[in-house]
Parts: sequence; C-alpha cells; structure tokens
Amino acid sequence: AASAPKPLPSSGPKSLREMPHPLATSSSEEMGPALTPSPDLLLPRSIADKDLSLPNGTPVDTSSPASSSSLLNRLQLDDDLDVETRDLFVTVDDPKKHVCTMETYITYRVTTKTTRAEFDLPEYSVRRRYQDFDWLKNKLEESQPTHLIPPLPEKFVVKGVVDRFSEEFVETRRKALDKFLKRITDHPVLSFNEHFNVFLTAKDLNAYKKQGMALLSKMGESVKYVTGGYKLRSRPLEFAAIGDYLDTFSLKLGTIDRIAQRIIKEQLEYLVELREYGPVYSTWGGLEVELSEPLEGVSACIGNCCTALEELSEDMTEDFLPVLREYILYAESMKNVLKKRDQVQAEYEAKLEAVALKREDRPKVPTDVEKCQDRVECFNADLKADMERWQNNKRQDFRQLLMGMADKNIQYYEKVCVT
Amino acid sequence: MEDCLAKKMEITVSEAEKRTGRNAMNIQETYTAYLIETRAVESQIEGQCAPVESLWRRYSEFELLRNYLSVTYPHIVVPPLPEKRADFVWHKLSADNMDPDFVERRRIGLENFLLRVASHPVLCQDKIFYAFLMKEGGWKEMVNETGFQLKADSRLKALNATFRVKNPDKRFTELKHYSDELQSVISHLLRVRARVADRLYGVYKVHGNYGRVFSEWSAIEKEMGDGLQSAGHHMDVYAASIDDILEEEEHYADQLKEYLFYAEALRAVCRKHELMQYDLEMAAQDLTSKKQQCEELATGTVRTFSLKGMTSKLFGQETPEQREAKIKVLEEQIREGEEQLKSKNLEGRDFVKSAWADIERFKEQKNHDLKEALISYAVMQISMCKKGIQVWTNAKECFSKM
Repeated sequence: AASAPKPLPSSGPKSLREMPHPLATSSSEEMGPALTPSPDLLLPRSIADKDLSLPNGTPVDTSSPASSSSLLNRLQLDDDLDVETRDLFVTVDDPKKHVCTMETYITYRVTTKTTRAEFDLPEYSVRRRYQDFDWLKNKLEESQPTHLIPPLPEKFVVKGVVDRFSEEFVETRRKALDKFLKRITDHPVLSFNEHFNVFLTAKDLNAYKKQGMALLSKMGESVKYVTGGYKLRSRPLEFAAIGDYLDTFSLKLGTIDRIAQRIIKEQLEYLVELREYGPVYSTWGGLEVELSEPLEGVSACIGNCCTALEELSEDMTEDFLPVLREYILYAESMKNVLKKRDQVQAEYEAKLEAVALKREDRPKVPTDVEKCQDRVECFNADLKADMERWQNNKRQDFRQLLMGMADKNIQYYEKVCVT
Repeated sequence: MEDCLAKKMEITVSEAEKRTGRNAMNIQETYTAYLIETRAVESQIEGQCAPVESLWRRYSEFELLRNYLSVTYPHIVVPPLPEKRADFVWHKLSADNMDPDFVERRRIGLENFLLRVASHPVLCQDKIFYAFLMKEGGWKEMVNETGFQLKADSRLKALNATFRVKNPDKRFTELKHYSDELQSVISHLLRVRARVADRLYGVYKVHGNYGRVFSEWSAIEKEMGDGLQSAGHHMDVYAASIDDILEEEEHYADQLKEYLFYAEALRAVCRKHELMQYDLEMAAQDLTSKKQQCEELATGTVRTFSLKGMTSKLFGQETPEQREAKIKVLEEQIREGEEQLKSKNLEGRDFVKSAWADIERFKEQKNHDLKEALISYAVMQISMCKKGIQVWTNAKECFSKM
C-alpha cells in the first residue's frame, strides 16, 4: 500500500538542519502541510530495530530496494562515522605506467578491506585506470540520480602544457581519485551500490562493462526522468536558497582560485628577483675583506629563502588549488541534481493537476515521483550537512598546510647568520 | 677624536620647510630649506641647558660646503651628501623631490652628513664648516673669498693624468679599482633591491583580495561565517603591513647609498694622487730635458734631434755670448726646477701619508657601519617574518573555529 499523495513541504527559508524530516509530516488529505517532526523518528536507534513503518502507521514503500536501506542508513548517518563503526576501507595508490601498442596509460591500485556481507572476500586489490573511474561515476549517476555523486578530477588537461605522465600530475590525480572513492565509501547509499562493488572487486572490469550495457533497466535501478516539457510552478524556497547558495559559492571559490593563482604568480616573480639579489651580496663579499663573511651569510640566507618560497608555491599549487577546483565541480554536480529535482517536482505537479482535472482517485506515478523527491530532499540535506563538515576540515587542513609552509619560510629567515 | 666638534656640540637638522624665493637669475622658484640647530654640550654637564642656536640652509649651500671641503682637503675622503634626486625607487616611492617622504629622508641624510664632518678629526676644525653651522648671513661670501674654486682641478686634467701616469702607486691603483667595483656592486644591489621590494609589495597586496572574498563568502555561510570573516580581517592586516616594512627597508637602502657615494669620494682621492703623480713626473721630465739642453749647449754636441740643432744648422751657429746667456737662463731654470721637484716630492709624500691615514680611518668606519647596517637589515627581516607568523597563526585559529 502506498501512502496518499502528500503535499510538498514548503517551509520557507529555514536552515536545512531545522527542516523537518519529510517522512515525518503527518498524513493529511489536504494540501496543507503540518510540519512538526515526530520525536520518535529522530532517534536513530529506535527506528532501526522496529518495523520499518512511519509513526502514523503507513508502511514505508519498499517497492524500490534502495529506499528501505536508505532509510536505515539515513538514520544511522546521524552518528559521526567513527573508525570503529566503519566496515569498508578503500585506498588508491601505486600508479604505474603501461605501454601498449595502441596507447600509453596509467593504472592505479585500488585496495579494499571490508567486513561487509555484500563482499565475498575481506580484501581485494585491483588495478584501475581513469576510464574505469569515469565509468563508475556515470553508472552511479544513472543508478542513483537523486544522490550527489562526488566529483572526479578533470578528464582532460586544459592547459596543454602539463605532461600527463609527470610525477606531479599523476600524484595530484591519484589523490583526487582516492578522495573520490573515499567519499563514495562514506556514503550510506552509494557505498552499497552494486556497480561500486564490482568496481572494487572484479578482476576484469571490461567484461562486466560490456555486460551492463545489454541489461534492461531494473525497477529502481534507473529511474528515467523526462527532461523538458514540464514547467516548474514554484520552487520551494529552501531549494531556491540552495541553488543561490551554490551559485554564490562557486563564484567565490572561483575568485579565491584566481587570487591564489595570482599570488603564486607574484611569488614566482618575487622569486626571480630574489635569485638575482642573493648573488650580488656574494660578489660584494668577494670585494671585501672583513665584511666578506657577513655578506656571504646574507647571500646564503637569501638563497634559503628562495628555496622555501619555491616549496610554498609548489605546495599551494599541488594541494590547495586542486581542492578548490574539486569543490567547484562538486557544486556543479549538485546544481545538476537540483535541476533534476526541479524536473521531478514539475512532473509531479503536472500529473497532480491532471489527476485533479480528471478527478481520479488512483494513486499514480506521482507517488513514486514524490517518493523520489522526498529522498532527494533527505539526502540533499544530509549531504549538504556533510559537505559543510568536510569543507570545515578541508579548509583547516589547507590553512594548516599553507601556514606550515609560511612557517618553514620564516624559519629559514630566522637562520640568517650575521655576526 | 677627542677634540672633534661632534663631542662638544649637539648638531641636528631638525626641520624642513618649503620656501619660495627669487634665485640668482631673478626667477621665482620653490625650494626646501632645512633648519640646523646646534647646542654646546659642556654646559649641559653642569645641569644647565645651553641655548640652542639655529639657522636655515638649503641643499645648494650644503653642496657648496662640500665642494669647498673636497678641494681644500684633497687627501681626505670627504663624507657625501644625500642624493640630489631620488634614484633607485621602486614604484610606490615617489621620485618627486618635493614629496614629503623624500624630504624627510633627505633631512636625515643632511644631518648625517654634518655629524660625519663634525666627527672627522681634520674636517671638524675647519672654520668655514663652523661658520656654516653658526653664521647665517654672509657665509657664501666667506666661502668664495677663500678662492677655493681656483684650486679645483679641472676634470680634463684629471682624465689626462689617468692615462698618462707612468709610475702610479700600486696601493692607489688598487684602491681606485676597489672603489669602482664597490660603486658598481652597490648600485646593482640597490637596483635589484628596489625590484625585490616591488614584487614583495605585490605579493602582500594581493592577499588583501582574500580579505574581501572571505567577507563576501562568509555572508552566505552559516557555521563557517564567523571564522571566514575574522580570517579575512587578518588577511587585510597582512596586506597592510607591507607599507611599514618597506619604509623601514628604505632606511637600510639609504645606508647603502651613503657608501655608494663614499666610493665616489674615495675615487676622488685616488684621482688627486694620480694628478700629483703626473705633475711630478712631468716636472721631472721637464727638468731632465732642460739639463740635457744645458749640457748640449755647454759641450756643443747635439745628441738628440732638437729644433735648436736644426736652426743652427740652417742659420748658422750663435755667438759664444749668446750661448753663455742661454746657459745662464737654463741653469736658473734648472735650479728652480730642482727646487720645485723637491717640494713636489715632499708634497707627494705628505699627501700619500695623510691620505693613507684617512683611508685607513675610512676603512674602519666603513666596515663598522656596514656590519651594523647588515645586522639591522637581518633584524628587520626577522621581525617581518615574525609578523607574518603572527598573522597566519591568527588566521589559522580563525579557520579552526569554522
């Protein structure tokens, strides 16, 4: 039995954390929302042990396999993920170059350790190339369209000057791929996705890929959304707010990216001058007798400063900038999900209208649609909260990095040896 | 050093003022006048404050004083004046002579000049210098009356000497070489430093943009907002700090500049020596040739080609009386020449002795001053870095609270 079509909660510009769990709205036949969350539902443990049913008695729609586990996991997510409760660990490392007749490419080793039942073995080690990651991402987007899929590093190197096989490039990419998989691992729904499972475990991924193309879509596996043709009546304020936020967010990150690049550029130009500056002191030292030692000292210190500055710029380029870009990509994909959500809502509204016009009582597709939408809202809220936390920690890491570098720079300065 | 003026008297250039007046060509001009204040030190020991004497001088009068000193004491390395025009500027600094920062740095430079002269064992005793400090009116006339300009060696003569000297003193040649190199290395250093300062300025200022972006970003964030906002503030502080840092560095640059100009003074002493040496050699050469002439006339032999020989061949020999007269004249000249040569030699030796003494004094002063300058430069850098650490540590704290 499916629950009756429920109205959309349009609660106004509240913080997403405050937004009541959509499944908690009391079922009423009218379109008026009643938004008090049932206290029971917000206690993760209690629900996990009971029947999966809403407090108002309506059983949860288990027609799509993803939704029940999703509910469970969604509630479990409220706990911070400690290492002890985690049961899946994935790492990307050990890049290797492969030279074939047709092409040259890099593969990475993907190591998995797990206690989950879905996996046959507790440990796996496979080799994957970028193409495989890209495939995984596409599959996830297809099969879990309501979720935010983490971003992949860019496929093509835009600048053209960067060497695809240079150590720095490969390392930067490896880190990004590692992060991609870790994010999926941390995700309560995505980590159980069967494509993900295959990605981690299959010896021959290509065979599976070919197989997958021929399969018909199972229910819940790929919910197709009609793009276009439906116009959105009114976007609930919180989603509009998210959209606006993401726009401004990307803008600001873009600006920071530009500023950081400018700083690096200025630092490099400064470095050029410094490199000329140091040796002049040496030359002078050669002229003098008593002063030659201190002058050489100054020259050496300037040399040290150059080295430290170089390191600083390198670290900024390698660690700081890629993460900025990653988040910009993330924001992009989030916006896409929002668009899809809009589409879903539009479809739902249209169908609702059609139902109202025809005065039919049958619950139809809109129910599914609505369910999906609910999920979107759920996960969106979660992921956004997650993202905030991630951002928080990431920024801390970066700043610490940046500062650590500044510190090193400074320590070198302090080694100035003038008698 | 115990007798030098600096110990007996406090000298400061305390103020600078813009003035307008009519110059020698009766054209209206704007210039800056500097207030020189002096006060005798001794009475202060007794617990009383001696009265402060003061007068105003402009830069051109300082120049006149220095020219006088350079000509009158050619064996002394005369302290240099601060630069007439702003050189080695990095883009933020104004190259305008009327710019208040430039005027201020010049004021300090002029004070430094006076103190250096006053602490010099020889120069401080000069009456013209004393009058410069004490006598406002009529000082210029006093200087001109000394007629020092006549003693000044022409540039051309000096250049000539450089190329023609046969036996230059090795020490002076080395010194001249050193002063050339010093000049070149310090100017190179100052040029690069100006560029370095420019670039550093750029790096710091761009960080200010972070301040703005963080502020804008914090507006859309919830938990992260406060942290971002305060971090942004620290970025602004960082960006602003560069102005003070670079101003301090200008002081270091000025210290280097003083020695850049000192190198010029050093070279002047070497040039003077070359000139004297050249003079000496010319005088000796002249004497030799006269002696030779005398001998030829006396013995009647013509050893070398001479116009006399030619004319006597062409027009016939002269009478014995004529020859006698000529020999007498030559002998007189030779005696004079020998006297002159003796005194020139003496002069030369004295010059070398006193010049070398002053050069040694200068070397010590230079080593001491430059060492101090380098140390204070290092201290400046360290403090700059400490400030950097402070700012970033604060920023880090803000971020950790996000």
